[in-house]
Amino acid sequence: MSAPAEPVYRTEALIAEDIDAYLEQHQHKTMLRFITCGSVDDGKSTLIGRLLYDSKMIFEDQLASLEADSKRVGTQGEAIDFALLVDGLAAEREQGITIDVAYRFFATEARKFIVADTPGHEQYTRNMVTGASTAQLAVILIDARKGILTQTRRHSYLAKLVGIRHVLLAINKMDLVDYQQSVFDEIVADYRAFAQQIGIEDFVAVPVSGLMGDNIITLSEATPWYQGPTLLHHLETVEIDEQLLAAQPFRMPVQWVNRPNLDFRGFSGQIVSGTVRPGDAVKVQPGAQGSTIARVVTLDGDLDAAHAGQSVTLTLNDEIDCSRGQVITAAEQPVEVADQFEATLVWMAEEPMLPGRTYLMKIGTNLLTATVTSQKYQININSLAHEPGKTLELNGIGVCNIATDRAIPFEAYEQTPDLGGFILIDRFTNATIGAGMIHFALRRSHNLPWQHIEVDRAAHAAMKQQQPRLVWLTGLPAAGKSTIANLVEKKLHALGRHTFLLDGRNVRHGLSQDLGFTKADRVENIRRVGAVARLMTDAGLIVICAFISPFRSEREQVRQLMPEGEFIEVFIDTPLSVAEARDPEGLYQRARAGELKNLTGVDSPYEPPEHPELHIDTTALSAEEAADQIVAHCLN
Amino acid sequence: MKSLTHLERLEAESIHIMREVAAEAEKPVMLYSVGKDSAAMLHVARKAFYPSPPPFPLLHVDTTWKFQAMYELRERAAREAGMELLVHQNPEAKARGINPFDHGSLHTDLWKTEGLKQALDHYGFDAAFGGARRDEEKSRAKERIFSFRSANHRWDPKNQRPELWRLYNTRKNKGESIRVFPMSNWTELDIWQYIHVEGIEIVPLYFSAPRPTVERDGLLLMVDDERFRFRDGEQVEERWIRFRTLGCYPLTGAVESRAQTLPEVIQEMLLTTTSERQGRAIDHDQSASMEKKKQEGYF
Repeated sequence: MSAPAEPVYRTEALIAEDIDAYLEQHQHKTMLRFITCGSVDDGKSTLIGRLLYDSKMIFEDQLASLEADSKRVGTQGEAIDFALLVDGLAAEREQGITIDVAYRFFATEARKFIVADTPGHEQYTRNMVTGASTAQLAVILIDARKGILTQTRRHSYLAKLVGIRHVLLAINKMDLVDYQQSVFDEIVADYRAFAQQIGIEDFVAVPVSGLMGDNIITLSEATPWYQGPTLLHHLETVEIDEQLLAAQPFRMPVQWVNRPNLDFRGFSGQIVSGTVRPGDAVKVQPGAQGSTIARVVTLDGDLDAAHAGQSVTLTLNDEIDCSRGQVITAAEQPVEVADQFEATLVWMAEEPMLPGRTYLMKIGTNLLTATVTSQKYQININSLAHEPGKTLELNGIGVCNIATDRAIPFEAYEQTPDLGGFILIDRFTNATIGAGMIHFALRRSHNLPWQHIEVDRAAHAAMKQQQPRLVWLTGLPAAGKSTIANLVEKKLHALGRHTFLLDGRNVRHGLSQDLGFTKADRVENIRRVGAVARLMTDAGLIVICAFISPFRSEREQVRQLMPEGEFIEVFIDTPLSVAEARDPEGLYQRARAGELKNLTGVDSPYEPPEHPELHIDTTALSAEEAADQIVAHCLN
Repeated sequence: MKSLTHLERLEAESIHIMREVAAEAEKPVMLYSVGKDSAAMLHVARKAFYPSPPPFPLLHVDTTWKFQAMYELRERAAREAGMELLVHQNPEAKARGINPFDHGSLHTDLWKTEGLKQALDHYGFDAAFGGARRDEEKSRAKERIFSFRSANHRWDPKNQRPELWRLYNTRKNKGESIRVFPMSNWTELDIWQYIHVEGIEIVPLYFSAPRPTVERDGLLLMVDDERFRFRDGEQVEERWIRFRTLGCYPLTGAVESRAQTLPEVIQEMLLTTTSERQGRAIDHDQSASMEKKKQEGYF
């Protein structure tokens, strides 16, 4: 057992004797970000607490409160419970668990470290992917008494998924297995077999005891058979990824156009790969325009060269279009530009991922809308098996095809994480609900340019002497949508207008006959109807749609398909009790009896429109009056 | 190519964050407390947008009880950065004569917490940069870089957005505002080192000098102006002191020291073992008090 009290990393002598020399040394430290993976019982918090403690990142007053807390709620009797240093928020501390991603800092003579600490249960996938996304190394903890568990595989798979190149296997609690070499060797052999299977090329295994401090900072006398590095030594010497990125071609997403006056136009951003020098030929993507670098500008003076990781401002020798969202790249090796991708998606919200629904996507400095067009398979995080599934639940992982509303510059995540990693944002709650990693671009019909058609929608409409409209009636089942829609069409027809009525029930017999009534199928149904309705308005028609269409998101999506002013959302507002009392087809009765699942209003939600063009209160208006109002609005 | 040093990486990351806010927020502002963390943050902001001045104003939420030396540096720092300086003093606190001697924690609540909310609402800022760091305190270790506050400025630790890579989701709902902490990943030592390497001007109170002091409840207070209220038997004593953190002078404890240069200050910091917030009276009540304050809207 090694003594923890006076670690070798106290550099007090140097600090005391020659502070300038110390500062000089500290100034040239590099930085490593790593993540620790393990569950509550693996001693993870104890290990991190130990690193903070031994590298003297705990101040005396914190130590005093730590000692007091250890006696009060600690699990180590009279001894210091290092885990208490790490477990953060008050509510969590009372439950004795951590529930989020926390970041800790410590430094040695060689490096500064940022540790992402994530908990080992429920929200695990979401939290670990978040913590791992900025990490270059993963410390995977294994309890020596238990060996490789399902969760070890899960941690390793997620680390690999997020592209972490370095894995350190910390086989912990060696003190509880009498420091036996055979235990260590067996676990390492098991892990090696598994690691090869999931594509982890290399890892370093260290036998440790977080509680006792063995092989954390100094090699332990209790494991004379172990000749490898201590945990900290490996953290201090492992190669940093930036050097790999610096060797790749130059890429810098433009964050901000710097325009202090008419004589200066610079492009500010952080270089994500490669090196840039004045005179280098570059290309701005998307787009075909090229130029050469004039200056690499910083407040400290112009630079001769700048590398991956640096934030700079570039000026070009030619006046070309360049703005936020574009990427300045090496002219000879530009990035790809596409609008259809295969990607791995990690879902992070309670609300499930629904193919066909549009989300906001942030990738690099681009914010745009994107749709999951289909999911190829889901990954079972425990067995790693590929399983069928159209949607993703919270913490689900799937391989999907994704379409964006315009072509964007990108690179495979594996190659350049900053150009291939993206987040998905809910358009209504603005929450971050998913994270994805692009594999490659798909080249299919979506990549075909639009064919120009001479007789366009304006020509169609002109011949019919009317303005195309899409009148969208939404409301609960039995609210009166179909009845009113019918009347609207009859009245328009009588006025000589060219119309077409798409009814919710009728499309289920053809266009959407393969769809059911789950959330995902409802979303797809509305996507199809929206696309068809848009085509019919292109033909110059006034289209009337009567659909429950329970979700705001999809109604909004249809609205987006239409030119400004052509979409008329009509809320057929009938209270649930009234609709249920009418119930012409006995739907509510069957749903209440449990014979019918997913009926809107009963066991499936309805989201009323917030700002409909027309709000029809059917308890105050007759169907005729409602239809008159809609027709009037439509012809207005 | 040599690897970037940790300070270069931290600076590049902070610059990236500030530019994202400048590009995506409608009306950002930088909170400026005149302390060393603010000084470092302001310096990074100048670098982020050079040769333009930072495209947002500085906001000082003033309590009228800061050290005189802080007021002296405030205007100059803003001018040198080419930025507009906004100063907000809570009119209610002013009218009621709220002060640190009579009103205890009400002083902080009204001048700082309320004052900040008022200023943000008044100007309609939708994103505010703050100099807080994750290493300051346990509850901050889990704070996001982009932290969302409800329309009444509350922080909900259970409802934070996951932050991946360097992709920041800056979208907000109506009435919500964002606090952005570009210096999240810096430690106290990093800040000091950066100030040293970059030659950033800081308030002289960080360096030791003979100053008029009174010892009270275990804190060494500096008698900074004539408003100081003495208790019975208290005598002004000249001591060599400096401050590790700066706030309202009657609430900020000094340390006895002879450190008169930056390297000496850093040396003392590394060799002494008291964490940063101990000099401030706010934290002592209970170990989770900062977290509570934060939920209520204290920065």
